Amino acid sequence: MLGSKAGTQILDGNHAAAVGAKLSRVQVIAAYPITPQSPVTEKLSEYVEGGNLKAEYVAVESEHSALAVCSSASLVGARTFTASSSHGLAYMHEMLHWVAGTRLPVILACVNRAIGAPWNVLNDQQDSISQRDTGWIQIYARTNQEILDSVIQAYKIAETVYVPVMVCYDGYILSHTEMPVDVPSPRDVDSFLPPYKPHTILDPANPRNYNLVTLANPRVNAEGVLCHGYMEIRYLLQEALQNAGETIASVGREFGGLFGRSYASMLWEYSLDDAEIVIVAMGSLAMEAIVAADTLRDEGHRVGVLGLRVFRPFPKSDVVTALKKARLVVVFDKNISYGSEGATCSEIKSALYGSGANAVIRNFVVGLGGRDIKARELAGAVNKSLPALKEGVLNDEYPEWICHI
Amino acid sequence: MKTSPVNLTEKEYLLPGNRVCPGCALSLAYRHILKALDGQVIVTVPASCLTVLHGMYPVTSVTVPCVNTPFASTGASATGLVAGLKALGKKDLTVLAIAGDGGTHDIGIQALSGAAERQSDFIYVCYDNEGYMNTGNQRSGSTPLGAISGTTPILGKQQNQKDMTEIMEAHGIPYVATANASYPLDLYEKVRKAKAIEGTRFIHVFTPCPPGWRFPFSDTIRIGELAVQTGWDVLYEVENGAFRLTSASEPIARKGNLRPVREYLAEQGRFKNITEEQISELQARVNARWQRCLDRATNL
Repeated sequence: MLGSKAGTQILDGNHAAAVGAKLSRVQVIAAYPITPQSPVTEKLSEYVEGGNLKAEYVAVESEHSALAVCSSASLVGARTFTASSSHGLAYMHEMLHWVAGTRLPVILACVNRAIGAPWNVLNDQQDSISQRDTGWIQIYARTNQEILDSVIQAYKIAETVYVPVMVCYDGYILSHTEMPVDVPSPRDVDSFLPPYKPHTILDPANPRNYNLVTLANPRVNAEGVLCHGYMEIRYLLQEALQNAGETIASVGREFGGLFGRSYASMLWEYSLDDAEIVIVAMGSLAMEAIVAADTLRDEGHRVGVLGLRVFRPFPKSDVVTALKKARLVVVFDKNISYGSEGATCSEIKSALYGSGANAVIRNFVVGLGGRDIKARELAGAVNKSLPALKEGVLNDEYPEWICHI
Repeated sequence: MKTSPVNLTEKEYLLPGNRVCPGCALSLAYRHILKALDGQVIVTVPASCLTVLHGMYPVTSVTVPCVNTPFASTGASATGLVAGLKALGKKDLTVLAIAGDGGTHDIGIQALSGAAERQSDFIYVCYDNEGYMNTGNQRSGSTPLGAISGTTPILGKQQNQKDMTEIMEAHGIPYVATANASYPLDLYEKVRKAKAIEGTRFIHVFTPCPPGWRFPFSDTIRIGELAVQTGWDVLYEVENGAFRLTSASEPIARKGNLRPVREYLAEQGRFKNITEEQISELQARVNARWQRCLDRATNL
């Protein structure tokens, strides 16, 4: 631990994200207001206008522009930050692809909210899950402390692997709920996170033309050197995400060494050692699941929790190890891939295929549009799944929906 | 010193042998824009004919730093370049956003309007070839009444163009100008002037398109001149609210010898199905704008 004193403050999740960006010494911020993200942008504007953060704050006219500003600012060498939710994130979709394709270390705080139609401003994770295939790393926070810590780590990860990072946290459940948060000192964060060194810069002294039309096949340049085709460039992004797990873990480990909170794993594990039954969840639901597991243990079941901290890259081998001994895996999704199942359940099944694991897997779609989901419902879903163990039916075709009133 | 072909910067920032069509007015205009900025520029460009001109990876036809940005985002991308440079304390570089009429009048208008309202510090050039020429000549917000295009293939367009320069002027930005590829020295001077001004500067450049407008490749300059001689395109600038007619438009105004729009329309295959009523409507529109320009001009 570094010597200087870190202070505990009572922060809501949005405030924690803003403090994380401030401590990361972001240089350009561009954002457009949307519920429940707006307080992040208000707080950052306040820092900039009050002279407490030396950054350019660009109040853009849309989310598409917010990410375009971050993209171009990043290309001239600035550290950039934006935040959004729901429809705003959907409106950014094209730019999400563009930023990842340009390999720019932009950080985006996604305050998870349901997406219309119909209108709904409350929490689920359909928004960020819908951006799964844009080439961004996705980290999900369970607490406001994890929001702050993840934003700081996100810069170090992104600026190491040159892949943008989305730090996701549940709207209202975290964004508007106050919790004690240990806020590190700027000096300690500076020692953890060095200034941004861009991999590329737009400069007349060394002119380059970025994101030109690129053909399918490799093509020679003016010096006769064969350069990548479109598919090679796509593979490099996939390779960067495939390998990002090592960086995410080592950055998390280093963070733990300095600040006493380790993020050395892409997963959160609770009572898995002897668990026959494992609850899988992502975001704040992974904390609620701990209460459910404790309740079920009191009833005599050996239950643990696997929280997914990182959804992209998906930590396949870690998941296999964590679920090796499980006989029943109950996966809760705050999203639905219409016509199929919850996105995390598909990932779990995909990871386990060929691993020798023979667990019964049950998927529950929960909490859409802010529908209440608590430990009681989670425990109930586990109890409801127990007969499947005896029946030995490994897989159901479609998920069950929990619509508790 | 008056700009002339003799004292124009010799250095070329646009290399010969790029991929544009023969007779492309954009190529000529872009060459002079980059010269006027002495290469001390970062360019952002959306999908457009300029993307084609810039070439295909890993070869490009320009020697200035560029970033290609999605279609709707040009104004925001320019804002990002400006904000990034400012945050890093880098001065003395001009940010140039350059987009076609589709990327300006249509899909890019929101980002451009937002940037202008924020008084973001860059030059925005709209090169206007009056249609989606890069995708094969479909109708845009700048395609004129009566023009045949890929999406107005039989009857021709039934609506008038929107006047983007006036829309930009309404943003209260410090410099707005029109230019025309057939008058490259006027364009050069306007870019030089814009370079020295802080805030959002907008320059509309009229760029005739031989394949899209259906006239011979060799006639680009003549068509551009005819547009000015008929008042179809008026060359002017508005600096902090002061309106001046410039270049060839100024003597036409003094002499009062505007030629009929019909002469301009007759030269182009895209107007082959135009009706007499449409010609009258276009002439009335040209007359009204010309009168507005005469009324506003402070240099006559």
